[in-house]
Amino acid sequence: MRLTADALTLGFPGRVLCQDLSLALFPGQCWAVLGNNGSGKTTLMHALAGVRRPLAGSVRVDDAPLAHMGAAARARRIGLLLQEEPIEFWGSVLDYVSLGRYPHRRSLLGYDPEAERLAHDQLVRVDLETLAGQTLSHLSGGERQRARLALVLTQDPAIYLLDEPLQHLDLRHQMQALDCFTGLARAQGRAVMMVLHDPGLARRRCDHAVLLYDAGPPLAGPTERVLTPENLERLYGVPVPL
Amino acid sequence: MSRPVLILAVFAALGAVSLCLGLMVGSVALPARDVAAALLDHAPGPVGDIVLKIRLPRVLAGFACGGLLALAGALLQVLLRNPLADPYVLGISGGAGLGLLAATSLGLGYAASQLAGLAGALAAVLTVFGLSFRAGDWNLYRLLLTGVVFSAGCGALISLILLLAPETPVKGMLFWLLGDLSDATSPQWAWLALAALGAASVLGSGTLNVLRLGRTKAASLGVPVAAAEVAIYLIASAATVTCVSLAGPIGFVGLIVPHLVRLLGVTDYRWLIPSAVLSGGTLLSLADTGARSLWAPLQIPVGALTALLGVPVVLLLLSGRR
Repeated sequence: MRLTADALTLGFPGRVLCQDLSLALFPGQCWAVLGNNGSGKTTLMHALAGVRRPLAGSVRVDDAPLAHMGAAARARRIGLLLQEEPIEFWGSVLDYVSLGRYPHRRSLLGYDPEAERLAHDQLVRVDLETLAGQTLSHLSGGERQRARLALVLTQDPAIYLLDEPLQHLDLRHQMQALDCFTGLARAQGRAVMMVLHDPGLARRRCDHAVLLYDAGPPLAGPTERVLTPENLERLYGVPVPL
Repeated sequence: MSRPVLILAVFAALGAVSLCLGLMVGSVALPARDVAAALLDHAPGPVGDIVLKIRLPRVLAGFACGGLLALAGALLQVLLRNPLADPYVLGISGGAGLGLLAATSLGLGYAASQLAGLAGALAAVLTVFGLSFRAGDWNLYRLLLTGVVFSAGCGALISLILLLAPETPVKGMLFWLLGDLSDATSPQWAWLALAALGAASVLGSGTLNVLRLGRTKAASLGVPVAAAEVAIYLIASAATVTCVSLAGPIGFVGLIVPHLVRLLGVTDYRWLIPSAVLSGGTLLSLADTGARSLWAPLQIPVGALTALLGVPVVLLLLSGRR
């Protein structure tokens, strides 16, 4: 399943971010999104996931425009990890992660009978199975981040759009999360795009990258062509040794 | 049996007990045997009349209103992402009260005043929705603030009418404003509404669960957020309007019953909705039984008792939390 952005321009009234971006995210690819604070990384992820309307241009899944796709059909294809979520969720970790099966619901009441088992499998994957019965809001920041990762994994989409998947994670779980998502791309043919803040990590673990400049058009392409010291220095405004 | 199922079963049993108590207790206490005989054999005589014509409609009306209020509260707490949301926060009781009081003080009869109350409630739903809704971008803070401001305006006008109205009808108005079931003689509409709106909410409980994650996450999981929010608003409004037109704005039940159910550990809306409906119905029918029998033959408005009964229960539950 291919995700294509055509001449995408994003922004708010009075503020344009990410002008005229075109890219194609293919199965098996792993993309990094880099840029300064406020350069439009989150806005880009939301637009690619179809939860935010672009100012101009369009997003397509294979040949179907995202804007015309039903919400549930879209959610079975594209998973979006948010950078921020409301923290007051009064249920258990397992309840929370099970909600990832919502787009796959088959019964009238909106439940997937397999939800709890699938959610549990993903909790094992992020080392949270011992906390499955805990109230979500009692978890630490890093544990909560792993629960969010588990929810997206439970959603099981073909295309993963991950906004800062590594935030709050300790070093071991950062590596574990990276291995998990790059593995999904390479071994299972999923398409992955993630917002990162470490260009070295992006260069080592991703095959493609998007650079969102504060001013000027964004740059998208294979890492070896895009993630050069000159491009990165122009992006961050400081020298970046690679 | 899993915990939510157990809690639901307990609430169902308590609901049945509260209905039986409501039939047995009152200004005249009736033994269970006589109540059963009146219900099953329709035996003529004073006992049959008390049970079938006076107590049964009122007990059923109380239970349905409690269920409707708890349902509306549970729905609005998700819609507005605000634990303080109650069925009246969006101005329905204010609109209904204003309509009823204006009609009464103009000297219209009982039926016309009731109709004016219903019209006021519906006008409030439409006004608040119309002023706050923008297609594609329904700001829920704007909805909440519109409702609160609208309520405040209605409240001011209601106070003015009460001040300026002649003495005699004022006391009846005060009863209505506190919420009172003594005129609730035909509960069948409320039960119909409770069945339909409750079923719709349970069918949508999966979507309600996902909406707890916030709008963006819900949208990314495939919820048609705008349509779902309008549906929740309309269902909650229909429940509240039904209840207010039957018994006036009975307070406290809609705010606190969903929290009571949550404090017992039920957070999944699949279970929370039916549990809240049952416990709301139970609380209100118990309160009404108290309201018409504790100081018999004097009757006090049930709205006063729901608070007196509910506040200690919830404060105890809250203080018991770690």
